Amino acid sequence: MLTKRIIPCLDIKNGRTVKGVNFVDLRDAGDPVELAKQYADMGADELVFLDISATLEGRATTLEMVLHVAEQVNIPFTVGGGISSVEHVDALLHCGADKVSINSSAVKRPDLVNELADKFGSQCVVVAIDAKEVDGQWKVHLAGGSIPTEINLFEWAKEVEQRGAGEILFTSMNHDGTKNGFANEALAKLSSELNIPIIASGGAGNVQHFIDTFKEGKSDAALAASVFHFGEIPIPELKKELRKNHIEVRI
Amino acid sequence: MKLIIINYGAGNIKSIQFAFNRMGIDAILSNDPDEILAADKIIFPGVGEASSAMNMLKQSGLDILIPQLKQPVLGICLGMQLMCNRTEEGNTKGLEIFNTEVKRFSNTVKVPQMGWNVIKNLKSDLFSGIKENEYMYLVHSYYAEHCNQTIAATDYGLNYASALQHNNFYGVQFHPEKSSLAGAKILENFINL
Repeated sequence: MLTKRIIPCLDIKNGRTVKGVNFVDLRDAGDPVELAKQYADMGADELVFLDISATLEGRATTLEMVLHVAEQVNIPFTVGGGISSVEHVDALLHCGADKVSINSSAVKRPDLVNELADKFGSQCVVVAIDAKEVDGQWKVHLAGGSIPTEINLFEWAKEVEQRGAGEILFTSMNHDGTKNGFANEALAKLSSELNIPIIASGGAGNVQHFIDTFKEGKSDAALAASVFHFGEIPIPELKKELRKNHIEVRI
Repeated sequence: MKLIIINYGAGNIKSIQFAFNRMGIDAILSNDPDEILAADKIIFPGVGEASSAMNMLKQSGLDILIPQLKQPVLGICLGMQLMCNRTEEGNTKGLEIFNTEVKRFSNTVKVPQMGWNVIKNLKSDLFSGIKENEYMYLVHSYYAEHCNQTIAATDYGLNYASALQHNNFYGVQFHPEKSSLAGAKILENFINL
């Protein structure tokens, strides 16, 4: 049976991990390759690198980082952040990234999803969607959640599926950073209305939240950052608990 | 030992090269027929769409060359699918090495299948030291139907052939290069065939 995936997310700036990471045995906590290897050894199923570099030089460094991660890490990984062209994706895949995630650039120019799916295949095109629920309406937000739009989350998700997205990474801004659990109602709706995998993001605080998002939220994968980086939820223990709760995971 | 990864323009093949490098083995990327013929072991990768990948093979004459190879050949993902008789993707005729058809998953499951699933009923030296129900990483929308060349099976909505073997030709639907230590072991087994 296909297992549910646990995905740590690493923020990258100028080729270095930015958020404080509190692992033991790390020679350099800012080195994405070291961290990625450690996560792979712990049993992470995939990794996501989110490039928050503001400059072209910073992005060029990230490309080098992708190459080093691909050289040394034996699980799949996705790179996202500021990707808006076929050429950029081509460069990332050539450096060994397995998938790319696009967000605001897809909203600004939806044809980008088709172009990427046609050229590289749907399997490597993740569309990330940041959305916020206001008065019962889920609205898509841009630029890391700072710019609201009038676009409905579910309509947009269905559109990108039709355009060739292979996966949706949905972050609820109402839940992100709260550590109060994932947006399971919206996730379950996405999962039932779409026929591609859905990654839950935003709100992980404890093990129960992961159980809930797989059971109630029907999520195919769950992504989190700080609970993993600070060792609050060790991945091996998380997976043991999930299995105890009859959720299929790779151990 | 000379290992060639056939480079015909299909997808992310760096990952396969890196996986061998991690094992201390050099892998050469090539689409040169003479170089491929002279290799000891050959990897036939593939990511992307079947009909365009097949066209790329034809352009370099590799569609004729590959079925004639006598060395161990390992098709990975789309590479394995192209070694079958036919695939529904782009209604593409394959290399007719594996006597089976490739079909699209029905929409009773999410398509693509993406993530870690188990391989079972293992029946080949390729899986020496690999336990039943080992996890492998898979990303695919099309699957190979079972035939008498099936050497591993996986369940996703239905039971399908996740690995095939015919004489010196091997094919795996999963990505050993991305399947952690167990995947690396399979690549090592292939090298030791």
